[in-house]
Amino acid sequence: MSRSYEDIPLTPISDTPSTMNMTGLWRVFRPVVDLDKCKKCTLCWKFCPDAAIVLVDGKPKIDLRYCKGCGICANECLAECIIMVKEEAE
Amino acid sequence: MSPVTIPEVEHAYPGSTGCPGCGANLVMRYLLKGLGERTILTIPACCWAVMPGYWPSHCLKVPMVYCAFEATGASLSGMRAALDMKGVEDVTVVGFAGDGGTVDIGLQALSGAAERETDALYVMYDNEAYMNTGIQRSGATPWGAWTATTPVGPSRDYKREPKKDIMSIMEAHGIPYAATVSVAHPEDFVKKAKKAKDVRGFKFIHALSPCPPGWKMNPMKTVEVARLAVDTNVFPLYEIENGRVRITKKGKGLPIKDYLSIQRRFGHLTEEEVKRMQESVDSSFKALEQREAREG
Ligand SMILES: Cc1ncc(C[n+]2csc(CCOP(=O)(O)OP(=O)(O)O)c2C)c(N)n1
Ligand code: SF4
Ligand code: SF4
Ligand code: SF4
Ligand SMILES: [Mg+2]
Repeated sequence: MSRSYEDIPLTPISDTPSTMNMTGLWRVFRPVVDLDKCKKCTLCWKFCPDAAIVLVDGKPKIDLRYCKGCGICANECLAECIIMVKEEAE
Repeated sequence: MSPVTIPEVEHAYPGSTGCPGCGANLVMRYLLKGLGERTILTIPACCWAVMPGYWPSHCLKVPMVYCAFEATGASLSGMRAALDMKGVEDVTVVGFAGDGGTVDIGLQALSGAAERETDALYVMYDNEAYMNTGIQRSGATPWGAWTATTPVGPSRDYKREPKKDIMSIMEAHGIPYAATVSVAHPEDFVKKAKKAKDVRGFKFIHALSPCPPGWKMNPMKTVEVARLAVDTNVFPLYEIENGRVRITKKGKGLPIKDYLSIQRRFGHLTEEEVKRMQESVDSSFKALEQREAREG
């Protein structure tokens, strides 16, 4: 008997953007940008593993709802305008 | 002129459940910047399988299918065949698997897909161990490394076998395109992904994917350590197009200890052992350069 793909039982599908996960809550250190020192090189944006940085007129805007505080942006910024500060316990 | 050197469009959402500083997130981000939205992925058990988060969350703007750990090669051939039946030609089929899922358990399915000349791209993100299950050694773990199953200890039981050379294994299948890529060099990465997309047949990309917990390093060092892997020739950037090798980005030739010393998984190694690793890296890199000169 030949069977069609329509006979395969339905499978759960994930279709909701992961922006539902507030991964910023994991953060231990928070990146703080001194925008006056920023050279608009965009390196921080390029190397953020979580796509948590958007560029606004060439300068970074970090979405703290999702930034996990890895510190890559601070480590890669040649102008040294990003520092990591410890989150305060609530 | 805008200094942005890679496509600005994002095909990944924030909110994935990868660890802070995960290199595998960067591998996917750059890969999709190169391939574009007409891409479909099949992913076996590995860290990337848990990256989307709990149902109904998904962290990519392209579809991905889960397959069994050992089955990525079979899965991508099936997906290509299904798309062909439906007459869909403009979609790039990608198998995206870890090193354990590639050089060990998935090797026969991968070999089969390459031999069938499936028109698809296989990407191995190499964090050099079975990370998702707690840092067990794989065939891609380098000589000298600490893992949970090569725990060093008083008997200095670090990994005693060399890393499997997956690029040579894939090249032996006579595939039209194979390349190594680094998260520290996204421009080179995106260029190779674009190229792989346009080549017909079976393509293979080997991405070094630093893993802060598995490599025992500060997460802020992920890109730095990947850059050092290139600059110490531990992980040279090259491509093999129709059997010809080309080094695409020359490293600085720094001593290997610069790469090892920021990762505590190598912290137990003696000077003598580091020297041995240096000799091994030097001889592999020399062979690669000589080959490039011969074929260039
Ligand atoms: C057949 C089978 N064996 C074992 C497992 C358990 N398992 C899930 S992920 C994983 C490790 C995967 O390692 P790798 O492919 O290197 O990817 P990584 O987790 O490092 O990203 C293992 C052993 C499984 N899911 N299926
Ligand atoms: S700390 Fe990490 S996650 Fe946060 S913005 Fe910087 S690079 Fe992105
Ligand atoms: S890396 Fe530093 S200088 Fe460059 S854009 Fe980001 S904040 Fe500005
Ligand atoms: S264990 Fe390593 S590879 Fe897995 S999510 Fe964490 S950093 Fe990424
Ligand atoms: Mg792995």
